[in-house]
Amino acid sequence: MPFDQLLQYALSGLSTGAIYALIGIGFSIIYNSTGIINFAQGEFVMLGGMLTLFYINLLKLPLWAAIPASVLTATAAGLLFERLAIRPLRKPTPINMVIITIGGSIFIRGLSMLLWGKDTHSLPPFSGEEPIAIAGATILPQHLWILGITLVIIAANKYFFYHTISGIAMRACSYNGRAAGLVGIDVRRMVLFSFMISSAMGAMAGIIVAPLTMTSYDVGVMLGLKGFCAAIIGGMSSGAATVVGGLVLGILESLGAGLISSGYKDAISFIILLLILFIRPQGLFGKAESERV
Amino acid sequence: MLEVSAITQIFGGVTALDDVSFAIAKGDITGVIGPNGAGKTTLFNIISGIYSQTSGRVMLEGQNVSGLPPERLAPRGMVRTFQNIELFGGMTVLENVLVGMHTRCSSGFLACALKMPWSVREEARIRREALRWLEFTGISELSDVTSANLSFGKGRLLEIARALAMEPKIILMDEPAAGLNSQETIRLTRLIQSIREMGITVVLVEHDMELVMDICDRIVVLNLGRKLAEGTPREIQDKKEVIAAYLGEDS
Repeated sequence: MPFDQLLQYALSGLSTGAIYALIGIGFSIIYNSTGIINFAQGEFVMLGGMLTLFYINLLKLPLWAAIPASVLTATAAGLLFERLAIRPLRKPTPINMVIITIGGSIFIRGLSMLLWGKDTHSLPPFSGEEPIAIAGATILPQHLWILGITLVIIAANKYFFYHTISGIAMRACSYNGRAAGLVGIDVRRMVLFSFMISSAMGAMAGIIVAPLTMTSYDVGVMLGLKGFCAAIIGGMSSGAATVVGGLVLGILESLGAGLISSGYKDAISFIILLLILFIRPQGLFGKAESERV
Repeated sequence: MLEVSAITQIFGGVTALDDVSFAIAKGDITGVIGPNGAGKTTLFNIISGIYSQTSGRVMLEGQNVSGLPPERLAPRGMVRTFQNIELFGGMTVLENVLVGMHTRCSSGFLACALKMPWSVREEARIRREALRWLEFTGISELSDVTSANLSFGKGRLLEIARALAMEPKIILMDEPAAGLNSQETIRLTRLIQSIREMGITVVLVEHDMELVMDICDRIVVLNLGRKLAEGTPREIQDKKEVIAAYLGEDS
């Protein structure tokens, strides 16, 4: 296998991996503030792409305006989802929650199918389609957009959770919800915010990937599962571990598709997911779960 | 300041508190004592909004606050600390205090998140103030340590710093001296006195009789869910029924 071909696979894997990382962080944010695995996360990714198309095609908005509009709409959808599906449960068990989020996901997908049909669409790339050559391999400008935007979002996310009072308060809820209530944090409000942030991030992931992979009402399932894999590899951290998880997943997937067969692309991710769950359920980098010290 | 009237709490068939009433004056240090199972922690949990009582009323500064959850009581100036310290384990010492100041961040969530200029100024001020509270409790050199790695005694000081950062009018402490060595207990005693000097009302549940008798202005004695006695430390020490029920065990 020549080097430039390997590099090619690695580069394209990197940008898919960045998408998985973004989606995975969305999973982690909600998991950390509520303990819920939000299986509807993928649908917000789908909404990102589909809403952008909707704003461009039907409302004739330019791309630069359609993107924020779509992110805002998806965020509002996340807010409604939390209000209508998650909050009404008084004493939820994890299994209730899983079923509710799966139900929510089916509902959102069904509604999108009714609204926008079953066709596959593609978004215009953000800037041109002229491939860029890097050491024998080529990448599209969209790949650079994906990497850049992902980096910015992850940095902003990190900044928010570690350097702003609101972000620190949200983290506090995940460490100790009871104490958070006692210091005057409205934990339910923070849960709502976590759903809004995750759906905004998911939507953004869906938008930047749509020019490359096309989008349709049902892309959320696979992207959601891949993001979930990334989060599991990262031990449900909302930081660097999940980003690395996403990148590793993306690169392995792309190498596997190139070296073995592209038909195995998804199988590779799920084999990794299963291996991690069997061998290191705490994630690749996580310490084994321990009680309070 | 704080008025508890006719609090009764029934868990299943067990009456944990039976018609307990007392009032706490502003600026006092009040001790709630009693043998194990007397209902002290239950009483604290009711006052601080963690449980809702079966019947009775809690008044804070003349307002009925019965049944309000802790996150609504905190902005009204009532905070508490726990017997088993409740910290945000994965966060640093400074961050723990910053969380305590969250409710006082007047610029809203979005302004904070987007770093609007006015919220940046406010955050710088809040950070300085948080450091001051760490200095006040004597743990400022630990500000960057992850709080899960603190010793129990330091953890307790941090919990107190976080509580003070919320600028409470009244602070409830559940067994603040539990698990502390004698050195740490002495520091804690001084700390509680300086908290009172700032004009904050202190209520504590405590087993360390020396500490209680030493610093409390008034003492409420509970036994088997009922109020047995109330008065100054002197009066309490002289009461026969208290000695029989409680102090008698030791002396």
